[in-house]
Amino acid sequence: MLSYNSIAELCQNANEQNKKISEIVLSDEALQMEQSEEALFNKMTENFKTMCQAVNDGKNPNLRSASGLTGGDAAKMEKYAQTGGLCGSFLNLAIMKAIAVSEYNAAMGKIVAAPTAGSCGILPACIISMVESKKCDEKQAIMSLFTAGAIGMVIAQKASVAGAEGGCQAECGSASAMAAAVLVELAGGTPEQSAHACAMAIKNQLGLVCDPVAGLVEIPCIKRNVSGTVIAFSSAEMALAGIESKIPADECIMAMKQVGSSLPCSLRETSQGGLAITPTGLKLKEQVFGTK
Amino acid sequence: MNVFDIIGPIMIGPSSSHTAGAVRLGRVAWKILGQRAVKAKIMFSGSFAETYKGHGTDKAIIAGIMGMHSNDERIKNALTLAKESGLEFSFELIQLPDAHPNTARITLTGENNATCTIQGCSIGGGNILVTEINGLEVSFTGQYNTLLVLHYDKPGTIAAVTNFMAYSGLNIGNFRLSRPKKGGEAVMTIEVDGEVPDYLIQNLQILPNIINVILIKAI
Repeated sequence: MLSYNSIAELCQNANEQNKKISEIVLSDEALQMEQSEEALFNKMTENFKTMCQAVNDGKNPNLRSASGLTGGDAAKMEKYAQTGGLCGSFLNLAIMKAIAVSEYNAAMGKIVAAPTAGSCGILPACIISMVESKKCDEKQAIMSLFTAGAIGMVIAQKASVAGAEGGCQAECGSASAMAAAVLVELAGGTPEQSAHACAMAIKNQLGLVCDPVAGLVEIPCIKRNVSGTVIAFSSAEMALAGIESKIPADECIMAMKQVGSSLPCSLRETSQGGLAITPTGLKLKEQVFGTK
Repeated sequence: MNVFDIIGPIMIGPSSSHTAGAVRLGRVAWKILGQRAVKAKIMFSGSFAETYKGHGTDKAIIAGIMGMHSNDERIKNALTLAKESGLEFSFELIQLPDAHPNTARITLTGENNATCTIQGCSIGGGNILVTEINGLEVSFTGQYNTLLVLHYDKPGTIAAVTNFMAYSGLNIGNFRLSRPKKGGEAVMTIEVDGEVPDYLIQNLQILPNIINVILIKAI
């Protein structure tokens, strides 16, 4: 059985069995949870379908959050993506999906925490973009969520996936690392390449603070789901090109833990620092909750 | 932890702690009440008190009291649904010193006049910790099937209960006893592995010195 306490363990087991990370994780989890592989796959299919629905409903131009602070930006992005923009419509549509799911979350829509609600836009944006552009089929996409889950379990055990403990690097950073590994797998890369992509995504978000305006999962969370998505793609692209992370994924996770513990409390979801206490951040807070 | 703790749960946003966890707290209170609630008084402390409106914590907790799960799309309209169904509710802000930042106290009155008060907190990722039921100190997360056994503090009561569980092949993962006063009312909080059969609860209920047995299914 797998212990999920290192990325190296996942790579080693996948290589020994000549399988993908997702395949060994599905088998192992079925064993550990005493359920059939089919049952777990079906459960994951539910998650995937919910992600697809969230993208779809989240791009409604009339969507607004309970606070009234956010909503409607995914619709703008979808329109713009049709022009091709600077990076082409593929990446712009991925950005749109990250916004859509995150805005839908803020508007009390139904989402899949992956790993958290605050970072729920990154995996759907990456995976559904791959399916839509026919770079993989739906079954592969659903399978790849087992790879994402396994990477997340390692991070949760060795560092944290909670903003209150490790800042945004623990939420969007973890989601991005999970997505980067997934993208490599979906593109036909090796488990090692997935691990390098995971490492590079973490490196690029190390130190990211959690400073939500008015304490709400909206500003800047929605846009950080976008940067997490783009970093997942750039990390996967580098790994697929054969570029290696000089610092192994497991050591990047150690660094994430150490950096998270060094963050002051004011930058760990308490809204007592960063963007939350900028003049505009405070004004928005007053707008939502009034003055005390 | 398993892969669905990371990819999941499917939940109504925006916050696993302030929305999904709040639904669960409401749901536990409803389970303990054991009947439809007609009146709910909710007290928010800490971060819950400061941000409950923006996170929909109020709607979430009422939804839970009405028996909804954290993935129910009706959560958004829970306050309207509550009014329509005759559930009267109020929210108050309090300061509970030394409590977890996301703490709520819920007092419910049921349609058959039962009442209960629970205190619990949302500890992240949609997970909760219930810390008090009707003035008795408890500690359970709702991650496991949990038996709450209210009883009188008399010799042999715990042995009788756990023996019965042993005969049913039920393994205890965690056991906690809260007894504010010697010989008075006390509560066992028993987290178990696997499913708890209905007959077990019925059998436990008729043991001497047992006031009530409540099963909180893993949520």
